[in-house]
Amino acid sequence: MPRTLVTGVIGADTHIVGNRILSMALEDAGYRVVSLGALTPAGDFIKAAVETAADAILVSSLYGQGELDCRGFRDLCVEAGLEDILLYVGGNLVVGKQPWEAVERRFLDMGFDRVFPPGTRVEAALTALADDFAARETR
Amino acid sequence: MSVALLIDFGSTWTKLRALDLDSRTLMATAQGPSTVASDINVGLDEALARLGDALGGLPSFAYRLASSSAAGGLRMVTIGLVRELTAEAARQAALGAGAKLCGSFAYRLTTADEREVEALAPDIVLLCGGTDGGNRDVILHNAQALARSAIRCPVVVAGNREVTDEIVAMLSEGRRLVMPTANVLPALDTLDIEPARIAIRDVFMRRIVSAKGIDRASARIDHVLMPTPAAVLEGARILADGVEGREGLGPLVVVDPGGATTDVHSIGAGEPSEPGVIRYGLPEPHAKRTVEGDLGMRHNVAAIVAAVGLDTLAANAGLGIEEAGGALSRVEASVEMLPATDIERQMDGALVRAAVDIAMKRHAGTVETVYTTQGPVQVQRGKDLSAVGWVIGTGGAIVHARDPASILAVACTDTRDPGSLRPRAPRLAVDADYLLYAAGLLAQIDPAAAFDCARNHLRLLDPACSSPASILASERRR
Repeated sequence: MPRTLVTGVIGADTHIVGNRILSMALEDAGYRVVSLGALTPAGDFIKAAVETAADAILVSSLYGQGELDCRGFRDLCVEAGLEDILLYVGGNLVVGKQPWEAVERRFLDMGFDRVFPPGTRVEAALTALADDFAARETR
Repeated sequence: MSVALLIDFGSTWTKLRALDLDSRTLMATAQGPSTVASDINVGLDEALARLGDALGGLPSFAYRLASSSAAGGLRMVTIGLVRELTAEAARQAALGAGAKLCGSFAYRLTTADEREVEALAPDIVLLCGGTDGGNRDVILHNAQALARSAIRCPVVVAGNREVTDEIVAMLSEGRRLVMPTANVLPALDTLDIEPARIAIRDVFMRRIVSAKGIDRASARIDHVLMPTPAAVLEGARILADGVEGREGLGPLVVVDPGGATTDVHSIGAGEPSEPGVIRYGLPEPHAKRTVEGDLGMRHNVAAIVAAVGLDTLAANAGLGIEEAGGALSRVEASVEMLPATDIERQMDGALVRAAVDIAMKRHAGTVETVYTTQGPVQVQRGKDLSAVGWVIGTGGAIVHARDPASILAVACTDTRDPGSLRPRAPRLAVDADYLLYAAGLLAQIDPAAAFDCARNHLRLLDPACSSPASILASERRR
């Protein structure tokens, strides 16, 4: 039974290309991908994950407003009964020159399990997913 | 000569249409009272006698087909998971099957919900939830709730296919009729309501017709095929899409303002008519029906007045506030009232325009500009009906109006509400002989004849006055 992943670009962000490439690569890797596309409100990620019984949500944000858009994302999941869902976020998450460690920490504190910097290769996401799902199975 | 008899067992009238299948024209119409509460045959016989008078004797009919909205119509409860996803897909399926929705539930049913479904006593429950391979817990929970409840009506199961067998076994124990069918939302980007609609129609023919006493007329008719709203939607669909050997009219809208509800049907993909528009939300049904239960010309006058305001309504009717108020109170006092005076006719015109305006606004999609860091983006929700070629009015409130074009014009683009994707420059027409339901029924047996009859009797409104802009302008001058 393949794992189900929800992907999309959060908020008022129209940068769809990278997200589409990611979604295709995930599908090629054998995942069931529910691709929500650009301009996706936070709530829609969660509704889609509930209906499809998703195992992970992968949030993309490229336009620098990600911090605002992702605030409370884990809380929304908990509220919808998705306490344990795996949450990834990646892209150009903030504006200006900020040290990556600080950015990563901020998103980890929001409840994301992994935070990916700009320029991450698809392979890195695939490896992380495999590791995290394997870790969950032994839990 | 080959003649088809098409019957509509309504809640007030038993209506008959006799169609000549050779010339593809209407031969005669007749009606009798609706007598479904006692013996449906009494009203039918009365209507048949009148039809015989009109035709100089009843011919032998090649087909005798009926639809029904009698005995409360097809009352349905829908159950889904996420309100905007499978619960919405379930609603769309039920409305498309011609149902009268009496309750829509989402997420896990609570004990109170269970009691509510029992109290609603629907004719059919449509149970959905989860995409294929998606959530299974909630639909199982809800199936268990139905299984242990006092609800004994047929259940159509159209959810996550992985648990369909389990649910059928669970629900069959209470000697219920359980009808499994394909998921209404197999994937988030795929709406598939046709199998559920077929299953609902099947249950309607097998069970509901006899439960409501309509089958007592079985000696006089061949089949009761579907609920009347489904027949109207089907008539609209063949008119738009055509049938084998007949090219359809293309995307169209049918508005049907009635005494208790206002129905709007649209046939067409509703894809964005402008390039670069991003669609948001569930895919839309090709044949979409919406029912506005708060917009009835007789039963819900107060709701229309509340929505529009008495002063606007009076101005639209060309009446003073007091005259308008007086006419409204006469309507409210007697829901059977037909307008007799000029004032009452003017008031009725204003009421039906208000109902059509609001119902169309709710049915049509919207487009809004979202400002992003990359510039403005157009986001569409629902169906884009701006390029629809036809708006067709049906039902007595339009057909018997003095100026039907003025009613249909309010269904079109409104400059005050540019975000509403209503028809921009459609041709306006009237289903003058109330044939859409008859065509929808006949289409099940002879699609080409059904198409020709519906097409032949569509009355195109005078093009000189049917430009929506000019009508709106003259309306506002009045």
